Amino acid sequence: MVEQPTPVVELNNVTKSYRIGRSEVRALRGVTLSIPARAFTMLVAPSGSGKSTLLNLIGCIDSPTSGVVTVAGETVARLSDRALSDFRAQKIGFIFQGFSLVPVLSAYENVEYPLRLMRVPAAARRRATEAMLEAVGLSEQRHRRPNELSGGQKQRVAIARALVKEPEIVLADEPTANLDSETGASIVALMRQMQTRSKTTFIFATHDPHLMSQADQLVAMRDGLLTNDGGATRHV
Amino acid sequence: MFKIAFRSIFRNARRSLTTMLTIAIGTAALLVFAAYALYDVYILQTATVQRGGHLTVYHKGFFDFGSGDPALWGIPDHASVIELIKDDAVLKPLTAVVTPVQGLGGIAENPESGGSRTFFGTGFVPADQSRLQRWNEYGVGEALDNTVLDSDETDRGVIGVGLARNLGLCETLHLKDCPMPPADAPQRGNGEVAAMPVQDFSALAEPGTARSAIPRIDLMAATAGGAPNIVALKIGRVEKQGAREMDDGYVVMNLKLAQQLVYGRGDRRVTGIIVQLNRSEDIATARRRLEVLFAEHRLKLEVRDFREINAYYGQTEDFFRSMFSFIAVLIGVVVLFTVSNTMSMNVMERIAEIGTTRALGVRRGRVRSQFLLEGGMLGVLGASFGVALAFAAAAAVNHSGLTWTPPGDAHAIPLKLYLLGASPAIIGVWAVLILVATLAAFVPANRAARLPIVDALRHV
Repeated sequence: MVEQPTPVVELNNVTKSYRIGRSEVRALRGVTLSIPARAFTMLVAPSGSGKSTLLNLIGCIDSPTSGVVTVAGETVARLSDRALSDFRAQKIGFIFQGFSLVPVLSAYENVEYPLRLMRVPAAARRRATEAMLEAVGLSEQRHRRPNELSGGQKQRVAIARALVKEPEIVLADEPTANLDSETGASIVALMRQMQTRSKTTFIFATHDPHLMSQADQLVAMRDGLLTNDGGATRHV
Repeated sequence: MFKIAFRSIFRNARRSLTTMLTIAIGTAALLVFAAYALYDVYILQTATVQRGGHLTVYHKGFFDFGSGDPALWGIPDHASVIELIKDDAVLKPLTAVVTPVQGLGGIAENPESGGSRTFFGTGFVPADQSRLQRWNEYGVGEALDNTVLDSDETDRGVIGVGLARNLGLCETLHLKDCPMPPADAPQRGNGEVAAMPVQDFSALAEPGTARSAIPRIDLMAATAGGAPNIVALKIGRVEKQGAREMDDGYVVMNLKLAQQLVYGRGDRRVTGIIVQLNRSEDIATARRRLEVLFAEHRLKLEVRDFREINAYYGQTEDFFRSMFSFIAVLIGVVVLFTVSNTMSMNVMERIAEIGTTRALGVRRGRVRSQFLLEGGMLGVLGASFGVALAFAAAAAVNHSGLTWTPPGDAHAIPLKLYLLGASPAIIGVWAVLILVATLAAFVPANRAARLPIVDALRHV
């Protein structure tokens, strides 16, 4: 019998509703999900099925209408806004679909930014930032601002920014969407390396078949509900 | 945070530069006005202190009740009081001149034409008046040394152009801008004026008073004993005074002559003892010391400073102060709304960035501080440029050779902006406008800090 790893994310009967004008949109309708630590978890769902909402809740940037969300052992609802900010800074890395780089900072400064938030000493910060830029193949472009980078380069900066602090959880929305297959494969290899070395859990929302083939756990969603109950798990 | 703030304000360079220029122009306008006002006040202060010192010692009650009868309120044994002041260890290093002065009023007459007019005179010790006129602490005026009073020739004095005109002396004295009466002016001996009794003061003059080649007038006043008295004054110079009412009755003479007129052969007192200090900032110290000194010696004397004696000085200061406050409020409001508008637009353009940084772990307080810092930086850059602009404007004006005639003055003087002396104003205006710019960013900064992260990330 395979030993189940400790879950790093647990959602218990979580609902999330939005009000748009007079109508209410139920993005999540009672999701119960357990994501094991050090796993590659893929959220597979068509647009509008609640995938982004689920990532937002796990990323502690949104709160559920009902239910309990536990991330890295912390019940999110119990944390103040300030504590949540610190929690995100320490534990979670984001790779946004639209890159979301800080436009006035260079590639180097964007990657370094999370380490500054964690008050990492300057020397360690420089070492980690340079190593991460080297790993994503952007050492040469380190001084360029986002508007001087291609879409793929921006994506790699965004990935480097999420990984540089070696967080407990990385949330990624279509992380390989703007990358060619070779670069995509090298990025996935880098993430695998980090998963092994730093015990990082990766949670992806993706349609990329190559990335899906790497999944340890596949979570399928439709209309705000899990369709496979998070059960299609293949542990590494 | 500083790096992001600095770079962010130049993302929309045109908007930020316009905002900074607004702050800069506001700062420069306020400082130029402050420099102009300060220069005016210093000129006024210099003229006032050159004429009557910083402090004047009077007989107790004279200032409120004695101006109508200066002879009655004279200071007896004023020489001892002056010695007391001059010998005091505290006052000695503070004082430049300590000198007696006699104020008086009466009627002036031109013995040649018979024209007469009331006058307001002051008697000085010639050498001391000369020293009084050299005071120039701020370097804004000319250190004058143009007294015509003479220790040996006690009957020589100065009159106003208005008095000369009223006494029909313009032609005799060859004065410019001093018209003689028109041909159809009322003449003595004609019509209803002829019915009035003719006053001939010269009959009161001391026997043997010789007619001199130098034009002279007769001054008549009541002595301390109530008897009429008259002296002759040789007109050494005619000086135009700024205020017409003063010009029409202005007489300055030797103290001895003034005392002769007021006290006759009796006990010669003075109405005041002028104390001129080296520096105006010592007024309070010197005044306190004088009051202690007089109390210790049981002297019935009081001390007044030049602001109390010359009410217009305080009024001028108050006028400039209120004008400055009014302009400062206007500029403050303009800066407030300009920076607030700029920062609101900055926040609107950076909503997605705010969402990203918040997701990465930036606290609300830091987002707020970020935008407050940007507002403050706009203020720092704008206000600093404004200070530089004010110095450039001051240099340009100071070297332009422009002149103007200040209110209450008779002569045009160089137009200057005394910006170097206005360092408290520079620091104050600079700091306050930075504070205003920072506060103006508060509402947009707060709005940025309170944005829901998910909504901000979705913002396009």
